[in-house]
Amino acid sequence: MMVLDIKNLSTHYHSRRGTIKAVDRVSLKIEEKEFVGIVGESGCGKSTLAFSIMRLISPPGEIVEGEILFRGRDLLKLSEEEMRRVRGKEIGMVFQDPMTSLDPLEKIGDQIIETIQMHEEVDKRSALEKAEELLESVGLPRNRVNYYPHQLSGGQRQRVMIALAIALNPTLLIADEPTTALDVIVQEKIMNILKGMTSEGRSIILITHDFSLASEKSDRIVIMYAGWIVEMGESSKLVNEPLHPYTKGLLDSVPDLWLDRKIKTMPGLPPDLVNPPRGCKFHPRCPKAMDVCKEREPTDATVNGRFVKCWLYEV
Amino acid sequence: MEILRVENLKKYFPVQKSFIEVLLSKELKFIKAVDGVSFGVKKGEILSLVGESGCGKTTVGRLITGLEEPTDGKIYFKGEDVSKLPKDRRKEIYRSIQIIFQDPYASLNPRMKIGEHITDPLLIHDIADNDTARKMAIEMLERVGLVPGEQFFNRLPYQLSGGQRQRVAIARAMVLNPEFIVADEAVSMIDVSLRAAILNLLLSFKEEYNLSMLFITHDLSVAKLVGERIAVMYLGRIVEIGDVDDVIHHPKHPYTAALLSAVPSFDKRDLKVDIRGDVSNPIDLPSGCRYNPRCPFADDKCKESEPELEGDDFHSFACWHPLDIEVE
Ligand SMILES: Nc1ncnc2c1ncn2[C@@H]1O[C@H](COP(=O)(O)OP(=O)(O)OP(=O)(O)O)[C@@H](O)[C@H]1O
Ligand SMILES: Nc1ncnc2c1ncn2[C@@H]1O[C@H](COP(=O)(O)OP(=O)(O)OP(=O)(O)O)[C@@H](O)[C@H]1O
Ligand code: SF4
Ligand SMILES: [Mg+2]
Ligand SMILES: [Mg+2]
Repeated sequence: MMVLDIKNLSTHYHSRRGTIKAVDRVSLKIEEKEFVGIVGESGCGKSTLAFSIMRLISPPGEIVEGEILFRGRDLLKLSEEEMRRVRGKEIGMVFQDPMTSLDPLEKIGDQIIETIQMHEEVDKRSALEKAEELLESVGLPRNRVNYYPHQLSGGQRQRVMIALAIALNPTLLIADEPTTALDVIVQEKIMNILKGMTSEGRSIILITHDFSLASEKSDRIVIMYAGWIVEMGESSKLVNEPLHPYTKGLLDSVPDLWLDRKIKTMPGLPPDLVNPPRGCKFHPRCPKAMDVCKEREPTDATVNGRFVKCWLYEV
Repeated sequence: MEILRVENLKKYFPVQKSFIEVLLSKELKFIKAVDGVSFGVKKGEILSLVGESGCGKTTVGRLITGLEEPTDGKIYFKGEDVSKLPKDRRKEIYRSIQIIFQDPYASLNPRMKIGEHITDPLLIHDIADNDTARKMAIEMLERVGLVPGEQFFNRLPYQLSGGQRQRVAIARAMVLNPEFIVADEAVSMIDVSLRAAILNLLLSFKEEYNLSMLFITHDLSVAKLVGERIAVMYLGRIVEIGDVDDVIHHPKHPYTAALLSAVPSFDKRDLKVDIRGDVSNPIDLPSGCRYNPRCPFADDKCKESEPELEGDDFHSFACWHPLDIEVE
């Protein structure tokens, strides 16, 4: 069953220098129990896409077009009141920076209880019971309900964030760089928790700049570049046989523990999104660029079930 | 030839006591950030130093570069005990040991021109006059890929991207023509597609000048790519050190194996070695092997006595129950 169906979504930021097209006509579907990794470099629009799904874009940002169908309902047409009931309860989110989203002055347990009671009519005692269970499910001892955020390590705080995000048993969980500041061992534990959630029927969107992590954990990978989705498809196939030149360049530039190879440098930098290159936004860095790439935007092609936005695969 | 050797290096930081604790005259406690570390680096060799956050990597780097005084232990540079040398000779040695810091944002002065960051050390060390320093700086900027150097010289740090700033940090270290570089998470804050360029730049400098390097990183994939040898640290100690391929394919210490099994990869190996709980408190270290509370193989011996590094230059480890596995 389709959980999320994003159609032609654009989110812009209005700045003095001009319009930043952070998400530029993006379409993306997420199935039930699917683990989808969104990969891209800093500033390519990953968080903006996540915030758009949650409808947490505020000025100078604006969702300018598109549809976000969540189980058939267009989230962009809901009232703020209706959207509040979707957030947390139906779509949970783990934010990029855990410290900004936990209240430093309130005990962990109370923060979880508050979240539960905001959406569900339960007494304090059963809410506390539920909070303890949630902590246990993310691998923390029950008594951590009595701790304040500063008494926990970074990895433990991140697990609390996940507990909070799944407190209301959402259908879809969006995790925005949930482990970027953490060590690999803690990262592996958190990823296993996320992975486990898909077998309970949830769908997961993992946002990360770590291509190898995404490839290892996701069923499907989405590659973003300068506000576009440039390639998207089944993880192992995409990694073994990348189609888009950017995906190839990215793969070749990542050091890998078990692959015996040198790394290759990709020339240039991601573009300024106020004034991106004409045609294909990747063309100044692309080893395969042709004349048409400099003039016209590539069409969206599907090659063997894989989405790719590149003139090399014109249909 | 070994260019650098450290022997039983220690750095203890006193823990701040609260007012009440002072009144109660509680004993002074210490964080044992570095607690008996020994290793050598050969001329023209890169030693990667890996381990989780807080295990003491940066402190080792700061001790070697003289930014921190050791609590105990010795540092030898080209065979000479650095602490025993007269002041001017020490200054000379610290000129040939340069450090590249973790954070390309914090390590540059926001009000200083890019070029001045590079001429400064030249002027401080009396290596060149103003004009020559400027020329050398521009040349070095171009070497690290900031072309035209003339233009980059006059820019301010905020006008540069993270990757470009890290190039400035490299230029600043390289302009003094060092023999030894401590690179502390030199690529960790940089985006993937720029990281490769910076790594390749460092490697090309290494080749060209036969540089020796201590390459500090928490990323084992990067450590493996750049280092000929690798040292794995846990809570202030080196638990395993040796030839990078041998350590990765025949890990002996359970901690090394646990780390390896958690590293994301495009070609993940079937290696599962358990690790329990979280890192112990560096103020109240467990008795015996400091890894024992997390180790699936720990027994009474591990709880009672601390294993020392044993083995040779090719591969040593500190564990009572070393693994015997091969990861292909
Ligand atoms: N509030 C804002 N106002 C103006 N521009 C913004 C704002 N938030 C993001 N942007 C711009 O939109 C673009 C996309 O940003 P976004 O945070 O979505 O990227 P990201 O892929 O999540 O990056 P990162 O990996 O660094 O988290 C960037 O160019 C960014 O500078
Ligand atoms: N100046 C200091 N005063 C007190 N404690 C310190 C000081 N510097 C470091 N420490 C402590 O010493 C230990 C080792 O720190 P260090 O910065 O060397 O670790 P690291 O391995 O570099 O970690 P990271 O990967 O997070 O950079 C930590 O527990 C840290 O809190
Ligand atoms: S469209 Fe052209 S420039 Fe863009 S990635 Fe494909 S080949 Fe390269
Ligand atoms: Mg982001
Ligand atoms: Mg450090």
